[in-house]
Amino acid sequence: MTDSGMFGARGTGDTSGYGGLVRTAASTGSSERPFGGYFDDVADDLERAYPEFSSAIERVVVDRGELTLHIKREKLVEVAKILRDSLKFEMCMGVSGVHYPNNVGRELVAVYPLLSITNNRRIRLEVTVADSDAHIPSLVEVWAGNNWHERETFDMFGIIFDGHPGLTRILMPDDWQGHPQRKDYALGGIPVEYKGATIPAPDNRRSYK
Amino acid sequence: MTPLDPYAPSRETTEGTVFSVTGGDWDSLVQEIGSTKEERVVVNMGPQHPSTHGVLRLVLELEGETVTEVRCGIGYLHTGIEKNMEFRNWTQGTTFVTRMDYLGPIFNETAYCLAIEKLLGITNDVPERASVIRVMMMELNRISSHMVALGTGALELGAITPMFFAFREREIVLDLFEMISGLRMNMAYIRPGGVQQDLPDGAIPKIREAVAQMRKNFKDNTSLLVGNAIWLKRTQGIGYLDLAGATTLGITGPVLRSTGLPWDLRKVQPYCGYENYNFDVITADTCDVYGRFLIRMNELEQSLRIIEQALDKLEKLQGAPVMVADKKIAWPAQLALGGDGLGNSLNHIREIMGTSMESLIHHFKLVTEGFQVPAGQVYAAVESARGELGAHVVSDGGTRPYRMHFREPSFNNLQATSAMSEGGMIADIIGAVASIDPVMGGVDR
Repeated sequence: MTDSGMFGARGTGDTSGYGGLVRTAASTGSSERPFGGYFDDVADDLERAYPEFSSAIERVVVDRGELTLHIKREKLVEVAKILRDSLKFEMCMGVSGVHYPNNVGRELVAVYPLLSITNNRRIRLEVTVADSDAHIPSLVEVWAGNNWHERETFDMFGIIFDGHPGLTRILMPDDWQGHPQRKDYALGGIPVEYKGATIPAPDNRRSYK
Repeated sequence: MTPLDPYAPSRETTEGTVFSVTGGDWDSLVQEIGSTKEERVVVNMGPQHPSTHGVLRLVLELEGETVTEVRCGIGYLHTGIEKNMEFRNWTQGTTFVTRMDYLGPIFNETAYCLAIEKLLGITNDVPERASVIRVMMMELNRISSHMVALGTGALELGAITPMFFAFREREIVLDLFEMISGLRMNMAYIRPGGVQQDLPDGAIPKIREAVAQMRKNFKDNTSLLVGNAIWLKRTQGIGYLDLAGATTLGITGPVLRSTGLPWDLRKVQPYCGYENYNFDVITADTCDVYGRFLIRMNELEQSLRIIEQALDKLEKLQGAPVMVADKKIAWPAQLALGGDGLGNSLNHIREIMGTSMESLIHHFKLVTEGFQVPAGQVYAAVESARGELGAHVVSDGGTRPYRMHFREPSFNNLQATSAMSEGGMIADIIGAVASIDPVMGGVDR
């Protein structure tokens, strides 16, 4: 992403003196027990049902009342099956990709919100992979509804879901080049002139961070 | 082989002879197909088709009139809303999300704003009056959305009159939206921290009047369709999807409730104070198009009940704020009618232009730069007219979303088309798709 734009602003583009308001990225550490609410139960149940818990789950993060399990991609399908069958997370609400080009070796993240109807609970799974090796095992065999969601994430981020029954583009045309929602893919647009003044395209306007 | 029909030229492919039918006489095509040994016909339906509920493309494989395979083609309405939002500030985002599922703009806005409020940690600071207005607007929107589902669904199955009645009711709701927000669609009325502006004077009696009118009018469609022999034949036992199929496909909303499971986020995971309203979760146990139709019909009355309770609450909360007190978040959207038309509140203009330099700076900063949202990610879900609408929002601490993703119920539920239609008759695909009620603006975003 470009930091420059209208008025030649650099860096944060903030000339107000309030630059100190810019917050850094969230901490990458694990949360400490007790997690609070039903999150401890979920973690306990999973540890009981899945002996390899500590080797498969990299981090457990509780933030803003939501529980996120960071899972190694090799173990994703195993953990997903246990979450579905033993912990009764019957539904996966899809996949969302996130692209962090500056996290070298961990550029691409797939986020899976899970829902348990039996226990009325929600948790989230996260899998991180390198851009150079953007492969994640598909969860379509666990939750069939992930089919289109994985196609969308492939389409938009270029994450390849191994084992997907038909991983093709879904929203963009089949012959499209590139993956539009990655951060290195320009938004596009053209400057618009009105009464002699020119307004740059949205991705070239003055930006605040 | 020389084509007999000039409207259906044929060509040889590895899949066999392919006819491209663009109109003309069906009999001459049948005659020509009859001369080949091939029984299987692949038909492309849409994306420009009056019965596919929008720009949905269906590729059908047929044996006679029986459907053996259905594949959906989507993406014709992809507008890159999620990407575009990464280049606009948090408040501007409401203008984008409102255009996704264009029949349920209030749901989109509410899911988005609930997610931002969760990220900001101000969920409990949103004034009660704002939450009640949100609930009322969502329920009005549920009525207008269900009206389109019922009207177009019936129209697609050949019943024309219900469409007129349904759109008459929808018109009542859109008039209310226009009175409250100034716009009939794409309102961007729900804003992070509250709602854009308070209800106009005299709104509550007008809404009460509209509720009474709608309650009376709903009977017209009920008497036309419920128990109607032709309607029953077209909908009963059609588009079957049971609970196991619905859960593995992640299906929510009326389609899930038609399997008998009373799963409604308004009840099980309440937001915006839904726990303070009395209403029933409507279910059916038929797993078919008729069950989904009945659920939508009966949900209308439940929405009216909620609106009435919201109006009672609003009367008690007269004059209460509709936006968070924190001026670093609350967008200055108060409008006033001046001599030159509707514009920013004159009191506000007087303050920033005449009395306080700091207010001017603050106004300028908030409107151009926007507010910062602490880094992190959240998922907030609401029960939209079509099912669970989830907003996955990632912030890097800046004034714009780092990543926005909407878990659209239309997108997810449309996957059920194959399971509902394969093995059935070609004419029943229309009923099955209509009962899912996909809105392509939401599917493609």
